Amino acid sequence: MSFVKQSVIPGFWFGLGYSLIWLTLIVLMPLIALVLYACHIHYDELWRILTNRELFCALKLSLYTAFIAAFSVSILGSLLAWVLVRYRFPGSKLMDVMIDLPFALPTAVAGIALTSLYDQNGFLGSLLPFKVAYTPLGIMIALIFVTLPFVVRTLQPIIKGIPKSIEEAAFSLGANSFQLFLYVLFPALFPAWLTGFSLSMARSLGEYGSIVFISANIPYKTEILPLLIVSKLDQFDYVGATVVSILILLVSFAFLLLINLIQNYVKPNRILWILNRFHPMALFTKDPL
Amino acid sequence: MHKHKLRLKKTITIFSISIGIFAWPFQGFSKDISILNASYDPTRELFRSYNHLFAEYWKAKTGDNLTVYESHGGSGKQARAVIDGMPADVVTLALAGDIDALNRYKPLIDKNWQNRLPAHSTPYTSTIVFLVRKGNPKHIHDWDDLIKSDIQVVTPNPKTSGGARWNFLAAWAYAQNKYGSEDKAYQFVKALYARVPIMDTSARGSTLSFVQRGLGDVLISWENEAYMAKKEEKSNSFEIITPSISILTEPSVAVVDSIVDHRGSREVATAYLQYLYSDPAQRLIAQNYYRPCNPAIVMEFRDKFPSLTLMTIDKTFGGWKRVKDKFFSDNGIFDKIIREIRY
Repeated sequence: MSFVKQSVIPGFWFGLGYSLIWLTLIVLMPLIALVLYACHIHYDELWRILTNRELFCALKLSLYTAFIAAFSVSILGSLLAWVLVRYRFPGSKLMDVMIDLPFALPTAVAGIALTSLYDQNGFLGSLLPFKVAYTPLGIMIALIFVTLPFVVRTLQPIIKGIPKSIEEAAFSLGANSFQLFLYVLFPALFPAWLTGFSLSMARSLGEYGSIVFISANIPYKTEILPLLIVSKLDQFDYVGATVVSILILLVSFAFLLLINLIQNYVKPNRILWILNRFHPMALFTKDPL
Repeated sequence: MHKHKLRLKKTITIFSISIGIFAWPFQGFSKDISILNASYDPTRELFRSYNHLFAEYWKAKTGDNLTVYESHGGSGKQARAVIDGMPADVVTLALAGDIDALNRYKPLIDKNWQNRLPAHSTPYTSTIVFLVRKGNPKHIHDWDDLIKSDIQVVTPNPKTSGGARWNFLAAWAYAQNKYGSEDKAYQFVKALYARVPIMDTSARGSTLSFVQRGLGDVLISWENEAYMAKKEEKSNSFEIITPSISILTEPSVAVVDSIVDHRGSREVATAYLQYLYSDPAQRLIAQNYYRPCNPAIVMEFRDKFPSLTLMTIDKTFGGWKRVKDKFFSDNGIFDKIIREIRY
């Protein structure tokens, strides 16, 4: 019993056992099956799959589109969350409900809708001077659409938790609005922002349904990793497909782990400490703080 | 319109299933039986009408009420679904190779399936043709016109689409026939795929890209799919171009032995496929823009199907097994071509 800290709340073993059973049945077992299945592979075959240039290009594309999309969506999403929490305007409640729609909509529908909007003959595509559909940019737009709720929904409760009085206090102590953002809001929001970012990124790496429509699916150029899995499946190459999916899983896991480590290290007071050391405000004001 | 029809069909199917369940205890002498047909995408319209035809025939012959359930999807995906346990009594897929694949992990079907029905288990065939925009503005008449520098070609990805594999092989068969060597064919197909700006994952996807989104100058497509697209598009803004040489596409049909033996439906499933060769069914097939295998019926519809030189997979390429290993496996000829174009 020594490795469990005594708690006043009863039912620890029951709770742990119950949740472990469900976790095993629903999450762990499929993953274990995946790994076991991939073990069928011969070493040479594994090497041949992993050193394939097409795989490398698909991995690179998936990683950078997911990263850029997650980054943009976390900025866009923060702004949206801020507006939704801090301002009341006609339709704000409706807008709040609509944020979840990308989750509800089948991703294929989203993909087809975005493609018709952004291809050369589409409403937006014909206005823009550059190509969006069938390029990596199109992939990113689809990913931003699909992952927007992650960021908004993780940031909303945090923003709600920052009382207005803190902002008023900062102002009355002479902070301008940029200082308010940098020294008060940013440190408080950063951990949640990071969570939203990593959720979006992980989701983006595995996204398939919406992307196959807006991407041209040309190998080496616009072929994403999940499509490679599907095309291996369609060749009846089950083992190859499993190996590639484990690769995606490992990359996502490494990424989430890294974000978690960063989150554990970067607490609001640490951010303040860093900010105080480097005085970024000195860049904007003549007098150092 | 199409969507509504589908939804209506779904509603009716669900409705009839529920009626069937409630009516089950009250059934009289005639049995209610059902079979499941796993087919590929473009046969939706064909089998919708054929199922009515066959159900009437079966009712008249045995008195049983037959319901044929349909499942449609990419040909390879359907094969995989059956491998993974979809209880399809019969499969009607885009290529024999996908039916052979059913035995890949467990023996589901007699190895000799292709000889169990007439005409190599191919009751209807089709070929690969071009769909171009009205008036044929880019003057596309044969395969050679597709590799001109101002042409954009729409064709799906052979890795994920059965139809795309036929397109690839049709181009290859043409070049090999015209220029005489495999090397020349390789160069021709490479030049062709360099003109492909997007590869959808399915033949229907490519048709949508070409027809609805206005992408590309020419769509390489099944003949039946091209006619279907032309019929659906009321504005008459497409033309079908039949090249001088193309490939005889042979969609194949088979009874899945392990499943019919388990369900006890071998008799009806076999009859379902055999009746495809009857005169009324062959006419229905022609009306749905597939080429019937019965030469007499082909003659009836001869103005519908232009004649052209048709190469077969067995004679030109030595069968699907060899085609798959040589062209479409990992690091096969298709992969090599794309690597040379794109990298």
